[in-house]
Amino acid sequence: MSDELAHISLRVNASTYNLTIDPRVSLLDALRDHLSLAGTKKGCNQGACGACTVLVDGERINSCLTLAIQYEDREIQTIEGLAQDGVLHPMQDAFITHDGFQCGYCTPGQICSAVAMLAEWKAGARSAVTKPGSPLQLSDDELRERMSGNLCRCGAYVGIRAAIRDAFAEMSR
Amino acid sequence: MNAFEYVRATDHRSAIDAATRPAAPARFLAGGTNLIDLMREGVEQPRRLVDIGRLPLTAVEERSGGGIRIGAMVRNSHLASHPLVREQFRLLSEAILNGASAQLRNMATTGGNLMQRTRCYYFYDTATHCNKREPGSGCDAIGGFNRIHAILGASSQCIATHPSDMCVALAALDATVNIDGPTGARAVPFAEFHRLPGDTPDVETNLARGELITSVDLPGSSAGLRSAYRKVRDRASYAFALVSVAAAVRIADGRIRDMRLALGGVAHKPWRAVVAERTLVGAVPTRDAFARAADAELEPAVAQAHNAFKIPLARRTIVAVLSELAGIDGGAE
Repeated sequence: MSDELAHISLRVNASTYNLTIDPRVSLLDALRDHLSLAGTKKGCNQGACGACTVLVDGERINSCLTLAIQYEDREIQTIEGLAQDGVLHPMQDAFITHDGFQCGYCTPGQICSAVAMLAEWKAGARSAVTKPGSPLQLSDDELRERMSGNLCRCGAYVGIRAAIRDAFAEMSR
Repeated sequence: MNAFEYVRATDHRSAIDAATRPAAPARFLAGGTNLIDLMREGVEQPRRLVDIGRLPLTAVEERSGGGIRIGAMVRNSHLASHPLVREQFRLLSEAILNGASAQLRNMATTGGNLMQRTRCYYFYDTATHCNKREPGSGCDAIGGFNRIHAILGASSQCIATHPSDMCVALAALDATVNIDGPTGARAVPFAEFHRLPGDTPDVETNLARGELITSVDLPGSSAGLRSAYRKVRDRASYAFALVSVAAAVRIADGRIRDMRLALGGVAHKPWRAVVAERTLVGAVPTRDAFARAADAELEPAVAQAHNAFKIPLARRTIVAVLSELAGIDGGAE
Protein backbone atom coordinates (compact mmCIF):
# COMPACT_ATOMS: atom_id res chain seq x y z
CA MET A 1 0.00 0.00 0.00
CA SER A 2 1.80 3.12 1.22
CA ASP A 3 5.15 2.51 -0.39
CA GLU A 4 3.78 1.32 -3.70
CA LEU A 5 4.41 3.23 -6.87
CA ALA A 6 1.49 4.43 -8.94
CA HIS A 7 1.09 4.03 -12.67
CA ILE A 8 -0.38 7.20 -14.05
CA SER A 9 -0.90 8.86 -17.37
CA LEU A 10 -0.36 12.60 -17.77
CA ARG A 11 -1.45 14.72 -20.72
CA VAL A 12 1.11 17.48 -21.17
CA ASN A 13 1.30 19.82 -24.15
CA ALA A 14 -0.97 17.50 -26.12
CA SER A 15 1.24 14.44 -25.55
CA THR A 16 0.44 11.49 -23.31
CA TYR A 17 3.08 10.27 -20.88
CA ASN A 18 2.85 7.07 -18.87
CA LEU A 19 4.71 7.32 -15.61
CA THR A 20 5.46 5.11 -12.65
CA ILE A 21 5.81 7.43 -9.71
CA ASP A 22 5.54 7.73 -5.97
CA PRO A 23 2.09 9.24 -5.19
CA ARG A 24 3.90 11.96 -3.22
CA VAL A 25 5.44 13.46 -6.36
CA SER A 26 4.04 16.92 -7.05
CA LEU A 27 2.91 17.90 -10.52
CA LEU A 28 5.85 20.33 -10.57
CA ASP A 29 8.40 17.61 -9.81
CA ALA A 30 6.75 15.22 -12.26
CA LEU A 31 7.11 17.81 -15.03
CA ARG A 32 10.69 18.73 -14.21
CA ASP A 33 12.24 15.51 -12.96
CA HIS A 34 10.24 12.81 -14.71
CA LEU A 35 9.33 14.45 -18.02
CA SER A 36 12.40 16.72 -18.31
CA LEU A 37 10.14 19.71 -18.92
CA ALA A 38 12.30 22.05 -16.86
CA GLY A 39 10.73 25.26 -18.13
CA THR A 40 8.32 25.25 -15.21
CA LYS A 41 10.29 26.56 -12.24
CA LYS A 42 10.42 25.73 -8.53
CA GLY A 43 10.61 28.91 -6.47
CA CYS A 44 9.08 28.69 -3.01
CA ASN A 45 7.45 25.26 -3.40
CA GLN A 46 4.59 26.46 -1.17
CA GLY A 47 2.25 28.36 -3.45
CA ALA A 48 3.55 31.82 -2.63
CA CYS A 49 5.60 32.82 -5.68
CA GLY A 50 3.87 31.47 -8.80
CA ALA A 51 7.06 30.36 -10.59
CA CYS A 52 5.47 26.91 -10.98
CA THR A 53 2.31 28.19 -12.70
CA VAL A 54 0.97 25.89 -15.41
CA LEU A 55 -2.37 25.69 -17.19
CA VAL A 56 -4.84 22.87 -16.60
CA ASP A 57 -7.75 22.79 -19.03
CA GLY A 58 -6.79 26.40 -19.77
CA GLU A 59 -6.83 27.58 -16.14
CA ARG A 60 -3.74 28.62 -14.20
CA ILE A 61 -2.74 26.69 -11.10
CA ASN A 62 0.33 26.29 -8.86
CA SER A 63 1.85 22.96 -9.86
CA CYS A 64 3.84 22.81 -6.60
CA LEU A 65 0.72 22.46 -4.43
CA THR A 66 -0.70 19.50 -6.29
CA LEU A 67 0.14 15.85 -6.56
CA ALA A 68 0.74 14.72 -10.13
CA ILE A 69 -1.70 11.87 -9.57
CA GLN A 70 -4.53 14.35 -8.95
CA TYR A 71 -4.19 15.69 -12.49
CA GLU A 72 -4.13 12.39 -14.32
CA ASP A 73 -5.74 12.70 -17.78
CA ARG A 74 -6.31 16.45 -17.48
CA GLU A 75 -4.97 18.72 -20.25
CA ILE A 76 -1.82 20.32 -18.81
CA GLN A 77 0.00 23.06 -20.69
CA THR A 78 3.45 24.32 -19.72
CA ILE A 79 5.66 27.07 -21.08
CA GLU A 80 7.12 24.51 -23.51
CA GLY A 81 3.68 24.09 -25.07
CA LEU A 82 2.87 27.73 -25.79
CA ALA A 83 4.84 28.16 -29.02
CA GLN A 84 3.15 26.64 -32.07
CA ASP A 85 5.18 25.27 -34.97
CA GLY A 86 8.26 27.14 -33.84
CA VAL A 87 6.44 30.47 -33.58
CA LEU A 88 6.42 32.05 -30.14
CA HIS A 89 3.11 32.78 -28.43
CA PRO A 90 2.26 36.52 -28.59
CA MET A 91 2.77 36.71 -24.83
CA GLN A 92 6.30 35.31 -25.15
CA ASP A 93 7.07 37.80 -27.92
CA ALA A 94 5.73 40.67 -25.85
CA PHE A 95 7.85 39.71 -22.82
CA ILE A 96 10.95 39.86 -25.03
CA THR A 97 9.93 43.15 -26.63
CA HIS A 98 9.24 44.84 -23.28
CA ASP A 99 12.03 43.31 -21.19
CA GLY A 100 9.46 41.67 -18.96
CA PHE A 101 12.21 39.99 -16.96
CA GLN A 102 15.74 40.33 -15.70
CA CYS A 103 17.05 37.00 -14.43
CA GLY A 104 14.18 35.14 -16.10
CA TYR A 105 13.48 32.62 -13.37
CA CYS A 106 9.88 33.70 -12.73
CA THR A 107 9.21 34.28 -16.44
CA PRO A 108 7.67 30.93 -17.47
CA GLY A 109 5.24 31.24 -14.56
CA GLN A 110 4.52 34.89 -15.37
CA ILE A 111 3.82 34.07 -19.01
CA CYS A 112 1.57 31.07 -18.30
CA SER A 113 -0.25 33.09 -15.67
CA ALA A 114 -0.71 36.05 -18.00
CA VAL A 115 -2.07 33.85 -20.81
CA ALA A 116 -4.74 32.44 -18.47
CA MET A 117 -5.39 35.85 -16.94
CA LEU A 118 -6.31 37.27 -20.33
CA ALA A 119 -8.68 34.35 -20.90
CA GLU A 120 -10.34 35.16 -17.54
CA TRP A 121 -10.47 38.79 -18.59
CA LYS A 122 -12.14 37.97 -21.89
CA ALA A 123 -14.67 35.81 -20.05
CA GLY A 124 -15.64 38.89 -18.00
CA ALA A 125 -14.18 37.77 -14.67
CA ARG A 126 -13.99 40.60 -12.16
CA SER A 127 -11.27 41.07 -9.55
CA ALA A 128 -11.04 42.43 -6.01
CA VAL A 129 -10.26 45.90 -7.39
CA THR A 130 -12.95 46.03 -10.07
CA LYS A 131 -15.43 48.76 -9.18
CA PRO A 132 -19.00 47.44 -9.12
CA GLY A 133 -20.94 48.37 -12.20
CA SER A 134 -18.02 49.89 -14.06
CA PRO A 135 -16.69 48.52 -17.35
CA LEU A 136 -13.51 46.44 -17.21
CA GLN A 137 -10.35 48.48 -17.83
CA LEU A 138 -6.96 46.79 -18.09
CA SER A 139 -5.47 49.33 -15.69
CA ASP A 140 -2.26 49.01 -13.69
CA ASP A 141 -4.37 48.29 -10.60
CA GLU A 142 -6.20 45.47 -12.35
CA LEU A 143 -2.97 43.98 -13.69
CA ARG A 144 -1.28 44.18 -10.29
CA GLU A 145 -4.22 42.49 -8.60
CA ARG A 146 -4.76 39.82 -11.24
CA MET A 147 -1.05 38.97 -11.44
CA SER A 148 -0.40 39.13 -7.68
CA GLY A 149 0.14 35.37 -7.57
CA ASN A 150 3.40 35.78 -9.52
CA LEU A 151 6.32 37.42 -7.78
CA CYS A 152 9.36 38.84 -9.57
CA ARG A 153 12.27 39.41 -7.22
CA CYS A 154 14.13 41.40 -9.90
CA GLY A 155 11.20 43.79 -9.90
CA ALA A 156 10.52 43.71 -13.64
CA TYR A 157 6.86 44.52 -13.04
CA VAL A 158 6.75 47.60 -15.26
CA GLY A 159 7.96 45.55 -18.22
CA ILE A 160 5.67 42.66 -17.32
CA ARG A 161 2.60 44.90 -17.30
CA ALA A 162 3.62 46.52 -20.59
CA ALA A 163 4.13 43.10 -22.15
CA ILE A 164 0.74 41.83 -21.03
CA ARG A 165 -1.00 44.93 -22.38
CA ASP A 166 0.80 44.62 -25.68
CA ALA A 167 0.00 40.92 -25.98
CA PHE A 168 -3.62 41.64 -25.14
CA ALA A 169 -3.79 44.18 -27.97
CA GLU A 170 -2.07 41.75 -30.34
CA MET A 171 -4.33 38.84 -29.39
CA SER A 172 -7.47 40.99 -29.63
CA ARG A 173 -6.68 41.98 -33.18
CA MET B 1 6.18 14.02 3.31
CA ASN B 2 5.16 10.71 4.87
CA ALA B 3 4.06 7.83 2.65
CA PHE B 4 0.34 7.39 2.20
CA GLU B 5 -2.15 5.29 0.34
CA TYR B 6 -3.90 7.22 -2.42
CA VAL B 7 -7.57 6.49 -3.09
CA ARG B 8 -9.52 8.31 -5.78
CA ALA B 9 -13.21 8.50 -4.92
CA THR B 10 -15.84 8.48 -7.66
CA ASP B 11 -18.89 9.27 -5.54
CA HIS B 12 -19.27 10.76 -2.11
CA ARG B 13 -20.50 7.56 -0.42
CA SER B 14 -17.36 5.68 -1.46
CA ALA B 15 -15.27 8.65 -0.29
CA ILE B 16 -16.87 8.46 3.13
CA ASP B 17 -16.35 4.69 3.26
CA ALA B 18 -12.69 5.07 2.31
CA ALA B 19 -12.13 7.70 5.01
CA THR B 20 -13.95 5.67 7.65
CA ARG B 21 -12.27 2.32 7.05
CA PRO B 22 -9.62 1.39 9.62
CA ALA B 23 -5.94 2.24 8.99
CA ALA B 24 -6.72 5.95 9.33
CA PRO B 25 -5.74 8.75 9.93
CA ALA B 26 -7.24 9.53 6.57
CA ARG B 27 -7.75 12.93 5.01
CA PHE B 28 -9.95 14.06 2.18
CA LEU B 29 -7.92 15.74 -0.56
CA ALA B 30 -9.80 18.41 -2.53
CA GLY B 31 -7.82 21.27 -4.10
CA GLY B 32 -4.82 20.43 -1.94
CA THR B 33 -3.68 24.05 -1.62
CA ASN B 34 -3.37 23.81 2.16
CA LEU B 35 -3.14 20.07 2.83
CA ILE B 36 -0.25 19.34 0.44
CA ASP B 37 1.71 22.19 1.97
CA LEU B 38 1.03 20.96 5.51
CA MET B 39 2.01 17.41 4.55
CA ARG B 40 5.25 18.65 3.04
CA GLU B 41 6.03 20.43 6.32
CA GLY B 42 5.21 17.28 8.31
CA VAL B 43 2.36 19.03 10.13
CA GLU B 44 -0.24 16.72 8.57
CA GLN B 45 0.70 13.06 8.29
CA PRO B 46 -2.27 11.15 6.88
CA ARG B 47 -1.78 7.47 6.12
CA ARG B 48 -4.51 7.55 3.51
CA LEU B 49 -5.51 10.33 1.14
CA VAL B 50 -9.00 10.11 -0.26
CA ASP B 51 -9.00 12.27 -3.39
CA ILE B 52 -12.44 13.84 -3.70
CA GLY B 53 -11.37 16.20 -6.49
CA ARG B 54 -13.50 14.45 -9.08
CA LEU B 55 -16.71 14.11 -7.08
CA PRO B 56 -19.64 15.55 -9.04
CA LEU B 57 -20.42 18.18 -6.39
CA THR B 58 -19.66 21.05 -8.75
CA ALA B 59 -23.00 22.82 -9.25
CA VAL B 60 -24.33 26.13 -7.98
CA GLU B 61 -28.09 25.68 -7.95
CA GLU B 62 -30.96 28.07 -7.36
CA ARG B 63 -33.35 26.90 -4.66
CA SER B 64 -36.94 27.80 -3.95
CA GLY B 65 -37.21 30.94 -1.87
CA GLY B 66 -34.29 32.65 -3.58
CA GLY B 67 -31.48 30.74 -1.89
CA ILE B 68 -28.67 28.80 -3.53
CA ARG B 69 -26.89 25.49 -2.95
CA ILE B 70 -23.15 25.46 -3.61
CA GLY B 71 -21.57 22.08 -4.27
CA ALA B 72 -18.59 21.30 -2.04
CA MET B 73 -16.30 20.90 -5.04
CA VAL B 74 -17.18 24.20 -6.70
CA ARG B 75 -13.88 25.97 -7.04
CA ASN B 76 -13.44 29.40 -5.49
CA SER B 77 -12.87 31.19 -8.80
CA HIS B 78 -15.98 29.66 -10.35
CA LEU B 79 -18.06 30.50 -7.30
CA ALA B 80 -16.90 34.12 -7.26
CA SER B 81 -17.83 34.62 -10.91
CA HIS B 82 -21.07 32.64 -10.92
CA PRO B 83 -23.92 34.95 -12.05
CA LEU B 84 -26.21 33.97 -9.14
CA VAL B 85 -23.48 34.75 -6.63
CA ARG B 86 -22.40 37.98 -8.31
CA GLU B 87 -25.94 39.26 -8.51
CA GLN B 88 -27.60 38.01 -5.33
CA PHE B 89 -24.74 37.29 -2.91
CA ARG B 90 -22.10 39.78 -3.91
CA LEU B 91 -20.58 39.75 -0.43
CA LEU B 92 -19.48 36.17 -1.04
CA SER B 93 -18.02 36.97 -4.45
CA GLU B 94 -16.10 39.93 -3.04
CA ALA B 95 -14.73 38.01 -0.07
CA ILE B 96 -13.49 35.20 -2.30
CA LEU B 97 -11.77 37.60 -4.70
CA ASN B 98 -9.98 39.19 -1.75
CA GLY B 99 -8.41 35.87 -0.80
CA ALA B 100 -5.24 34.18 -2.07
CA SER B 101 -4.19 34.46 -5.74
CA ALA B 102 -5.92 33.64 -9.01
CA GLN B 103 -3.99 30.37 -9.24
CA LEU B 104 -5.02 29.27 -5.76
CA ARG B 105 -8.66 30.28 -6.29
CA ASN B 106 -8.69 28.05 -9.39
CA MET B 107 -7.62 25.09 -7.26
CA ALA B 108 -9.33 25.69 -3.91
CA THR B 109 -12.84 24.33 -3.34
CA THR B 110 -15.81 25.44 -1.29
CA GLY B 111 -15.53 22.56 1.16
CA GLY B 112 -11.76 22.87 1.33
CA ASN B 113 -11.99 26.55 2.14
CA LEU B 114 -14.03 25.68 5.24
CA MET B 115 -11.44 23.06 6.21
CA GLN B 116 -8.30 25.16 5.77
CA ARG B 117 -6.12 25.45 8.82
CA THR B 118 -4.59 28.40 10.60
CA ARG B 119 -1.59 30.28 9.26
CA CYS B 120 -0.07 30.64 12.75
CA TYR B 121 3.68 30.33 12.11
CA TYR B 122 4.14 28.18 15.18
CA PHE B 123 1.58 25.68 13.91
CA TYR B 124 3.65 25.37 10.71
CA ASP B 125 7.02 25.11 12.46
CA THR B 126 7.46 21.60 13.85
CA ALA B 127 10.46 22.76 15.93
CA THR B 128 8.11 24.78 18.18
CA HIS B 129 5.38 23.93 20.67
CA CYS B 130 1.81 24.00 19.42
CA ASN B 131 -1.27 22.55 21.12
CA LYS B 132 -3.07 22.45 17.80
CA ARG B 133 -0.37 20.41 16.09
CA GLU B 134 0.59 18.38 19.13
CA PRO B 135 -2.01 18.52 21.93
CA GLY B 136 -0.52 19.19 25.34
CA SER B 137 2.82 20.46 24.05
CA GLY B 138 2.14 24.13 24.83
CA CYS B 139 1.73 27.28 22.75
CA ASP B 140 4.79 29.22 21.67
CA ALA B 141 2.63 31.93 20.12
CA ILE B 142 1.57 33.02 23.60
CA GLY B 143 4.53 35.07 24.73
CA GLY B 144 6.09 34.71 21.28
CA PHE B 145 5.66 36.75 18.13
CA ASN B 146 1.90 37.13 17.89
CA ARG B 147 1.11 40.07 15.67
CA ILE B 148 -1.34 38.08 13.50
CA HIS B 149 -3.10 36.30 16.34
CA ALA B 150 -6.58 36.33 17.88
CA ILE B 151 -8.17 39.05 19.99
CA LEU B 152 -11.55 37.37 20.50
CA GLY B 153 -12.45 33.91 21.79
CA ALA B 154 -8.88 32.71 22.32
CA SER B 155 -7.87 30.37 25.14
CA SER B 156 -4.81 29.73 27.26
CA GLN B 157 -4.12 26.82 24.90
CA CYS B 158 -4.30 28.57 21.53
CA ILE B 159 -4.49 32.06 20.05
CA ALA B 160 -4.56 31.09 16.37
CA THR B 161 -6.92 32.67 13.84
CA HIS B 162 -8.97 31.19 11.01
CA PRO B 163 -7.45 32.44 7.75
CA SER B 164 -10.44 32.36 5.37
CA ASP B 165 -12.05 35.35 3.69
CA MET B 166 -14.83 33.31 2.09
CA CYS B 167 -15.93 31.93 5.45
CA VAL B 168 -16.38 35.43 6.90
CA ALA B 169 -18.93 36.14 4.18
CA LEU B 170 -20.62 32.75 4.71
CA ALA B 171 -20.92 33.54 8.42
CA ALA B 172 -22.58 36.88 7.68
CA LEU B 173 -24.92 35.32 5.11
CA ASP B 174 -26.32 32.68 7.52
CA ALA B 175 -24.99 29.74 5.52
CA THR B 176 -25.77 26.13 6.34
CA VAL B 177 -23.21 23.39 5.86
CA ASN B 178 -24.57 20.11 4.50
CA ILE B 179 -22.66 17.07 5.61
CA ASP B 180 -22.85 13.37 4.88
CA GLY B 181 -21.12 10.70 6.89
CA PRO B 182 -20.99 7.15 8.17
CA THR B 183 -24.13 7.68 10.26
CA GLY B 184 -26.10 9.69 7.72
CA ALA B 185 -26.60 13.21 6.45
CA ARG B 186 -27.09 16.34 8.55
CA ALA B 187 -27.11 20.11 8.19
CA VAL B 188 -25.11 22.40 10.49
CA PRO B 189 -25.65 26.17 10.83
CA PHE B 190 -22.45 27.94 9.80
CA ALA B 191 -21.92 29.46 13.25
CA GLU B 192 -21.77 25.94 14.71
CA PHE B 193 -19.43 24.47 12.12
CA HIS B 194 -16.12 25.89 13.35
CA ARG B 195 -15.09 25.79 17.01
CA LEU B 196 -13.30 28.08 19.41
CA PRO B 197 -10.02 26.59 20.67
CA GLY B 198 -10.89 26.02 24.35
CA ASP B 199 -8.87 23.09 25.68
CA THR B 200 -8.92 21.24 22.34
CA PRO B 201 -7.48 23.57 19.68
CA ASP B 202 -6.64 20.52 17.57
CA VAL B 203 -10.38 20.02 17.02
CA GLU B 204 -11.32 22.83 14.68
CA THR B 205 -14.73 21.84 13.36
CA ASN B 206 -17.70 19.82 14.56
CA LEU B 207 -17.23 17.29 11.78
CA ALA B 208 -17.07 13.71 13.04
CA ARG B 209 -14.66 11.14 11.67
CA GLY B 210 -15.44 10.23 8.08
CA GLU B 211 -17.92 13.08 7.63
CA LEU B 212 -17.71 15.00 4.37
CA ILE B 213 -19.04 18.43 3.43
CA THR B 214 -21.29 17.90 0.41
CA SER B 215 -22.64 21.44 -0.11
CA VAL B 216 -23.21 24.85 1.45
CA ASP B 217 -26.61 26.56 1.36
CA LEU B 218 -27.31 30.27 1.40
CA PRO B 219 -30.87 31.24 2.36
CA GLY B 220 -33.11 33.49 0.30
CA SER B 221 -33.27 35.87 3.28
CA SER B 222 -29.60 36.70 2.62
CA ALA B 223 -30.09 37.42 -1.08
CA GLY B 224 -29.92 40.91 -2.50
CA LEU B 225 -28.78 42.67 0.68
CA ARG B 226 -26.63 45.76 0.39
CA SER B 227 -23.21 44.47 1.40
CA ALA B 228 -19.49 45.10 1.57
CA TYR B 229 -16.33 43.17 2.40
CA ARG B 230 -13.27 45.08 3.53
CA LYS B 231 -9.96 43.38 4.19
CA VAL B 232 -7.06 45.09 5.94
CA ARG B 233 -3.70 43.44 5.35
CA ASP B 234 0.02 44.11 5.17
CA ARG B 235 0.10 44.38 1.38
CA ALA B 236 -2.55 45.23 -1.17
CA SER B 237 -3.02 41.73 -2.56
CA TYR B 238 -2.28 38.10 -1.83
CA ALA B 239 -1.93 38.37 1.96
CA PHE B 240 -4.01 37.08 4.83
CA ALA B 241 -6.27 39.47 6.71
CA LEU B 242 -5.13 41.28 9.81
CA VAL B 243 -8.76 42.26 10.20
CA SER B 244 -11.61 41.86 7.77
CA VAL B 245 -15.24 42.92 7.96
CA ALA B 246 -18.18 41.40 6.09
CA ALA B 247 -21.41 43.33 6.42
CA ALA B 248 -24.85 43.22 4.86
CA VAL B 249 -27.71 45.54 5.79
CA ARG B 250 -31.26 46.44 4.97
CA ILE B 251 -32.31 49.94 5.95
CA ALA B 252 -35.91 51.12 5.59
CA ASP B 253 -37.72 54.20 6.84
CA GLY B 254 -34.51 55.51 8.36
CA ARG B 255 -33.92 52.48 10.55
CA ILE B 256 -31.79 49.37 10.32
CA ARG B 257 -34.11 46.43 9.63
CA ASP B 258 -31.56 43.71 9.04
CA MET B 259 -27.90 43.71 10.01
CA ARG B 260 -25.30 41.01 9.34
CA LEU B 261 -21.79 41.57 10.57
CA ALA B 262 -18.87 39.14 10.68
CA LEU B 263 -15.16 39.61 11.34
CA GLY B 264 -12.13 37.77 9.98
CA GLY B 265 -8.55 37.65 11.26
CA VAL B 266 -9.60 38.12 14.87
CA ALA B 267 -10.57 34.68 16.16
CA HIS B 268 -10.18 30.92 15.83
CA LYS B 269 -13.35 30.91 13.73
CA PRO B 270 -15.12 33.39 11.46
CA TRP B 271 -16.56 35.74 14.09
CA ARG B 272 -20.23 36.59 13.74
CA ALA B 273 -20.64 39.89 15.59
CA VAL B 274 -23.98 39.09 17.21
CA VAL B 275 -23.58 41.64 20.01
CA ALA B 276 -23.07 44.48 17.55
CA GLU B 277 -25.95 43.24 15.39
CA ARG B 278 -28.30 43.20 18.38
CA THR B 279 -27.53 46.78 19.30
CA LEU B 280 -28.08 47.95 15.72
CA VAL B 281 -31.30 46.28 14.60
CA GLY B 282 -34.05 48.89 14.89
CA ALA B 283 -31.56 51.71 15.44
CA VAL B 284 -31.08 54.82 13.34
CA PRO B 285 -27.89 54.34 11.32
CA THR B 286 -25.30 56.86 12.52
CA ARG B 287 -21.54 56.74 12.96
CA ASP B 288 -22.05 56.96 16.72
CA ALA B 289 -24.40 54.01 16.71
CA PHE B 290 -21.90 51.99 14.66
CA ALA B 291 -19.05 52.95 17.01
CA ARG B 292 -21.08 51.94 20.07
CA ALA B 293 -21.96 48.63 18.43
CA ALA B 294 -18.31 47.99 17.57
CA ASP B 295 -17.27 48.84 21.14
CA ALA B 296 -19.87 46.45 22.54
CA GLU B 297 -18.65 43.66 20.25
CA LEU B 298 -15.00 44.28 21.07
CA GLU B 299 -15.52 44.76 24.79
CA PRO B 300 -14.27 41.23 25.60
CA ALA B 301 -11.27 41.56 23.24
CA VAL B 302 -7.90 40.62 24.74
CA ALA B 303 -4.64 41.65 23.11
CA GLN B 304 -1.36 39.75 23.06
CA ALA B 305 2.02 41.50 23.16
CA HIS B 306 2.07 42.41 19.46
CA ASN B 307 -1.50 42.57 18.27
CA ALA B 308 -3.13 45.27 20.41
CA PHE B 309 -3.48 47.31 17.21
CA LYS B 310 -6.13 44.87 15.99
CA ILE B 311 -8.70 46.13 18.51
CA PRO B 312 -8.87 49.75 17.25
CA LEU B 313 -8.32 48.47 13.70
CA ALA B 314 -11.38 46.21 13.97
CA ARG B 315 -13.40 49.05 15.53
CA ARG B 316 -12.51 51.52 12.80
CA THR B 317 -13.02 49.03 10.00
CA ILE B 318 -16.49 48.13 11.31
CA VAL B 319 -17.47 51.81 11.55
CA ALA B 320 -16.06 52.59 8.10
CA VAL B 321 -17.80 49.68 6.38
CA LEU B 322 -21.17 50.24 8.06
CA SER B 323 -21.01 53.99 7.40
CA GLU B 324 -20.31 53.35 3.76
CA LEU B 325 -23.21 50.89 3.52
CA ALA B 326 -25.54 53.35 5.23
CA GLY B 327 -24.47 56.10 2.87
CA ILE B 328 -22.95 58.17 5.69
CA ASP B 329 -19.82 60.16 4.89
CA GLY B 330 -17.11 57.60 5.49
CA GLY B 331 -14.18 59.92 6.27
CA ALA B 332 -11.51 58.68 8.67
CA GLU B 333 -12.00 59.28 12.37
